[in-house]
Amino acid sequence: MTIDIVQNSSAMAHTATYKSDQQIEAAAQIAIASRRRKVVVYRLALLVLLLGGWEVAGRTGAIDPFFFAMPSQIAIRLWTWIVNGTSQGPLWFEVWVTMEEAIIGFLTGAVAGVLAGIALGRNQFAADVFSIYIRIANAIPRIVLAPIFIMAFGLGLPSKVAVAFVMVFFVVFANAFQGVREADRAMIANAQILGASKWDVTRSVVVPSALSWIFASLHVSFGFAIVGAVVGELLGSQHGIGQIIAIARGSFDSPGVFGGMVVLIVVAMLADYIMTAIEHRIVKWRPAPLSEQS
Amino acid sequence: MLAQNSTVPAIELLHVNRRFLTPDGRSLTALRDFSMTVAPGEFAAVVGPTGCGKSTTLNLITGLNKPSGGEVHVMGQPVDGIDPRIGFVFQSDALFPWKSVLNNVMAGPLFRKVSKDSATEQAMDWIKRVGLNGFENHYPHQLSGGMRKRVALAQTFINKPEILLMDEPFSALDVQTRILMQDELLKLWSQDKASVVFVTHDLDEAIALADRVFVLTSGPATVKSVYEIDLPRPRLTAEIRYDQRFIELSRMIWNDLRDEVMISHGKERAA
Repeated sequence: MTIDIVQNSSAMAHTATYKSDQQIEAAAQIAIASRRRKVVVYRLALLVLLLGGWEVAGRTGAIDPFFFAMPSQIAIRLWTWIVNGTSQGPLWFEVWVTMEEAIIGFLTGAVAGVLAGIALGRNQFAADVFSIYIRIANAIPRIVLAPIFIMAFGLGLPSKVAVAFVMVFFVVFANAFQGVREADRAMIANAQILGASKWDVTRSVVVPSALSWIFASLHVSFGFAIVGAVVGELLGSQHGIGQIIAIARGSFDSPGVFGGMVVLIVVAMLADYIMTAIEHRIVKWRPAPLSEQS
Repeated sequence: MLAQNSTVPAIELLHVNRRFLTPDGRSLTALRDFSMTVAPGEFAAVVGPTGCGKSTTLNLITGLNKPSGGEVHVMGQPVDGIDPRIGFVFQSDALFPWKSVLNNVMAGPLFRKVSKDSATEQAMDWIKRVGLNGFENHYPHQLSGGMRKRVALAQTFINKPEILLMDEPFSALDVQTRILMQDELLKLWSQDKASVVFVTHDLDEAIALADRVFVLTSGPATVKSVYEIDLPRPRLTAEIRYDQRFIELSRMIWNDLRDEVMISHGKERAA
C-alpha cells in the first residue's frame, strides 16, 4: 500500500528500487523536509515581493509615500526608536505601558467573564432571564465606550484597563457560558452516580469541559485587549503605542503611524505564541489537532 | 441480617408510571403500570423495542428521575436521591476525557472522600483487574473503544456497587470486542455478585448474560413477559450461542419480542 503510493508519485518514480521500510521511510522524511523548506522559501519570496513592490511603487510615485510610508522609511523609523527612543520616551517603555493596560484588562476581564459565565451557565433560570440582555450587551460595539471611560477615569492607566476589560469580558463570558451549557449530560450523570456533590460536578466536570471553549475565547480576546488599550490611548493618554501613533498622525508622519503598527503586530503575535504554549500545557488531554501534524 | 436481606428484593418497581413533560408543556407517558423485581445477586436483562422506555427504568432506580406514580424500592427502601450503593455503566462514553485512566478510575472513591493514597491503591488494583496495567497515565482519547469500556467498568466496580445498572453499555463496540467485554463483565460480576439490571436491544446478549430476561411492550412500556434463563454458569458468551437450549430460548423470546418491535416500527412510520 505505502509502496504503491511512493511509486505512483512522479517525484519518487526512481525510488522503485527501494526495498526496505527504512529506506522508504528515509525517502519520505526527505520529501517532508523538502516540502517544509519549500513553504518557508515561498513565504519569504512573498514577503520580499510585497515589501519590494510597495517600496518600488513608492519610489516611482505610483503610490504617495506621504500617506503610505515606504518600507525603508518605516524600517529607519523603527531603528531610530529602538536606538534613540520615541518622542515620548524609550520604545520599550511605551510598549510596556500598552502591555500593562492590556494585560490587566485581559486578566480582570477573563477572570470575571469565566466566573460569570460558569455561575450563569449552571443556573437554568438565571440563564433564561439573562440570555436576552447578554445578546443585547453583545450587540453593542463596546469600543464606543472608550470616550466615556476616558471622561470618567482620566488619561491614565484605569481608563485603558476599563476599555480592555469590556472588550475581553463579554467574549470570555459568552464562551464560558456556552461551554458550561455544552457539558455532556451523561458525563454529569456519571459523576453524580460515582458520588460527586454539586460542587464536585462543577469543579471536575463542568469547568474542564468548558475549558476548551474558554481557551478559544482567551486566544481571540487577548487581541481585543490590545485593541482596547490602543484605542483608549489614541483617544487620550500620555504614553503607549496608541499615543505614539496619535502623535505621528497629528504631525502627518506616516512612517511613525506604520512603525507603531509594526510594533503592535510583533507584540500581538508574541502574545498569541505564549498563549498557545500555555494552552498546550493545560489541555494536554486533548488529541492533537490534525493541522499540527502536517 | 443475611437471612433478612435474601428475602428483601434488591430492586422493586411497583406499578410505576412515568410521564415526561416536553419543553412546550405536553405530557408523554414512558412507563405505564410497570412492575419488576430483581433479587439480590440476580442478573436481570431488559429487552424491548427502541425508544420504549428501557433507559427510563434505570433512571428511576438511580434516583436521577422520580416516578410520576407507583413506588421504586432499592434494598427495601424507597428511592430518595442518588443511592451510593448503585453503579451505572453508560451507553455513551461517560469517561472524563481530561483525566488519565488512573484519575478516571479513582474519581469515585475521591468523590466519596476516600483518602488519596487509598484511592490510588484501589484504582491500580482495578486497572490491573480489567487488564489495563501500563495504561494508567494514558488519556481516554489514546485508547480503543474496548479499552475505554474497560476503564468505565473499573470506574464503576471500584465503588463496590451492590446494584449495577447498565444501559446498553456495549452497543457501540464491534462484535468481537463486545463478546470479550461480555465475558469480562460476567467475570467481574461473579466475584461480588451485585444485582444487575442490564438494558439492551440485543436479545442474544440478554440471554447470554442474564438469569432472567424481561421483555417490554412498545411505549408506553410495561413488562410483557419474563423468561428464566436456565443456562448453566459460568458461561462463555462466545460459545453459549451455539448451545441448543440457547437457540430454543432465543427463538421463543424473539417470537414474543417481534410483535412489539413491529408495533413500534409501525408507530415510527406513522409519525
